[in-house]
Amino acid sequence: MPLSPDRLPDAYRQMLIIRKFEETVRNLYQQGRIRGSFHPCVGQEAVAVGGCWAVRQGDFMTCTYRGHGHAIAKGLSVRAAMAEMLGKATGCSKGKGGSMHFTDPSVGLLGANAIVAAGIPHAAGAALASQMQKKDAVALTFFGEGAVNQGVYHETLNLAVIWKLPLILVCENNLYSEMTPSHETTSQAETYPRAAAYGMPAVRIDANDVELMYATVEEAAARARSGGGPTYIEAMTYRLWGHMMGDPEVYRTKEEVARARENEPVTRLARRLKELGHSARDLAQWEAEAEAVIADALQFAESSPAPKPEEAFTDVFA
Amino acid sequence: MTTLTYAQALNDALREEMRADPRVFIMGEDIGHHGGIFRVTNSLLDEFGPERVRDTPISEAGFVGLGIGAALAGMRPVVELLFMDFALVAADQIVNQAAKLRYMAGGTVSVPIVIRAQQGGGRGNGAQHSQSFEAWLAQVPGLIVVAPATPADAKGLLKSAIRAGNPVIFIEHKLLYNTKGEVPEGEHTIPIGKADVKRVGRDITIVSFSRTLLFALEAAEQLSQQGVEAEVIDLRTIEPLDMETIIQSVKGTARLLVVHESHANCGIGAEIIARVYEQAPDALVTPARRLGAKQVPIPVAEPLENAVLPQPADIVKAVQAMM
Repeated sequence: MPLSPDRLPDAYRQMLIIRKFEETVRNLYQQGRIRGSFHPCVGQEAVAVGGCWAVRQGDFMTCTYRGHGHAIAKGLSVRAAMAEMLGKATGCSKGKGGSMHFTDPSVGLLGANAIVAAGIPHAAGAALASQMQKKDAVALTFFGEGAVNQGVYHETLNLAVIWKLPLILVCENNLYSEMTPSHETTSQAETYPRAAAYGMPAVRIDANDVELMYATVEEAAARARSGGGPTYIEAMTYRLWGHMMGDPEVYRTKEEVARARENEPVTRLARRLKELGHSARDLAQWEAEAEAVIADALQFAESSPAPKPEEAFTDVFA
Repeated sequence: MTTLTYAQALNDALREEMRADPRVFIMGEDIGHHGGIFRVTNSLLDEFGPERVRDTPISEAGFVGLGIGAALAGMRPVVELLFMDFALVAADQIVNQAAKLRYMAGGTVSVPIVIRAQQGGGRGNGAQHSQSFEAWLAQVPGLIVVAPATPADAKGLLKSAIRAGNPVIFIEHKLLYNTKGEVPEGEHTIPIGKADVKRVGRDITIVSFSRTLLFALEAAEQLSQQGVEAEVIDLRTIEPLDMETIIQSVKGTARLLVVHESHANCGIGAEIIARVYEQAPDALVTPARRLGAKQVPIPVAEPLENAVLPQPADIVKAVQAMM
C-alpha cells in the first residue's frame, strides 16, 4: 500500500518537525547550551520519514549519529529527544547518551550509533531474532555511504544473504563522507552493486521523493516479511548543512549547495501538495503545527531538571 | 558427583540452558557440524538443529554484532570466538557496543549476550593465538568477565553467565579443556562475583585464575613439603573482583602473591594489589608481589615460551623469596 495522498500533509508536517528540530538544536548549540557534537540531517528528511513510515512500530530500526530524523520519524517523542539534547533527566537516555545514541525500544528504535557501520549488524541481529521467534517483524537500518567501506558492512551483507534475514538496508548517500567527497574514497560511485554482488536485490532511488522512498521500503518490507530475505536500497539525497556543527564546508561550493536546495525534499513535497490542490494557507498551517510541536518540546526540555550526579552510576547493568 | 572434562562440563551447561530456555542459541566458527574445535559444542547441532546452533562465516565483528542485535531483540545468544586473540577483530562490537548500549540508552535496553573464548599459551601456538585479555576487558565498564579453572566452576559459571542478562566475557583456556574434575549432578550454578578458596593455608595468599590456578595449586603442594602452607584463591570472576574474600585471606596470612598468565604489566595482579593497599593497608608484613608473562610477544619454541609464561617453579621461587 503506497503512501496515499491523504497522508502527505502528515508527512509534510513530520518532515518540518524534523527540520525545525535541527534548526532549534543548531540555535541552542550556538548559544552554548548543548555540549558535545551535533550531526544535522537537514535535507535528508524524506529518507527518514519515507523509510520509517513504511514499516511498523514493532519493526526494528538502527540508525547513525545523523539520526535525529530517523528516530523522530520512527516514533521517538520529540520532547524526550529535545530533553536529551539539553542533557536533562527527562531525555530519552536520561542525559547519558546525547545526540548520537537516541534509543527507544517501545517504537523499535534499537539505537543510533556513533561508530560508522556498527549498527548494521545490530539490525541484522534483530532480524535474526524475529526470524527465530517466528514473528514477522523486519529490521531497517540506515547508514551513510561512508559505511560501505567498513568491514562490518560487508560482513553483515554476507550474513544477511546466507541466513535470508528479514532486513532492509538503506544506504543514505548524501555524496559526502564527513568532509570528503565519497567518490574520491570509494571504488565505485554507486554503492548498490556491492550489495547486489552479495546476492540480494539492490536498487538506487531518488530518495528526496518521500513517496518513492516509502514505496521502495514498503516493497522491501513485504519481501522480508514473506521470507524473501534482505533488500538494499541506495537512497540518494543531499546534506544541506555541514557534517557537524563547526564544519566550515571548505570541500564544496556554495553554488552546489544552492542547486541542491532546489531539489530538497520539503520543497518538493510542498510542490506536490500544491499540485494535489492544497493551498499555501494549508501549507502554512501545517508548518505552524510543526513549529508548535517544537516549541512545546523546547519548553518541556528547558523546564526539565538536570540529572542528579549519582545517576551517572546507574543503568550500566540490567 | 560425576567426573567430567572441562569441555564436557561446558557442553552440559550449554545443553541444559538451551533445553530450559528457547531464547538461548549459539553461534561461532566450526561449532555446528564440527562440534567446536575443542569439542565444547559437540552434538548440540544434532539436538537443537541449525536454527539454534549456527556455524558462522569468519566474520567476528559481524556475528558478534548480530549477537548483540539478537540480544537487543529478546534472544540470549552465546557467541564463540575461536581464540581470544580474535576478540580484537570484534573489539568495537564488544567494547563500544555490547558494553555501552544499555548505558547510552539510559537503561531502556539490555544486551544479554555471552561471548566465550579461550585464552592462553603453553602449546606453542604463537603470539597471535596465545594471548590473555582479561585485564583489558575487565577495565571496560559494562562487561562482566569470568574465567573458571575447573570443570565444576566452568559449568556453574556458564549457566550463570547465560542467565545474567548482561554482556559476559566467558574465558576458557586451551589447556584446560581436557582436564578432569568432579561436577555436582543436577542443577548446579556458581555465582558471578564470588572467588573460591581452593586451598586453605596460613602462610601466604596466592591469588590466581584459569590455567595458572592449577600451577598455583601445584606450587602449593611443593611449598607444603618445605613447610610453607599457601592459601590458594581462585578468582573465578575477574570483574567484578571479590576483594572481600581476598582481604579476609590476606588479613590471616599477611602475605600476597598474585599470579596470572597474562602479561604482568598493567595486569589484574596490579589491580588486586592496589586495592589491597587501599582497603587493608596494614595487613601485609612484606610487599605484595605479582607474577605474569614477561613483556614480549609469546614465542613458539618450548624453552622460549616457558621463559615467558609463569611456571609452577616461578611461583615456588617467588613465595620462597617472600617468606
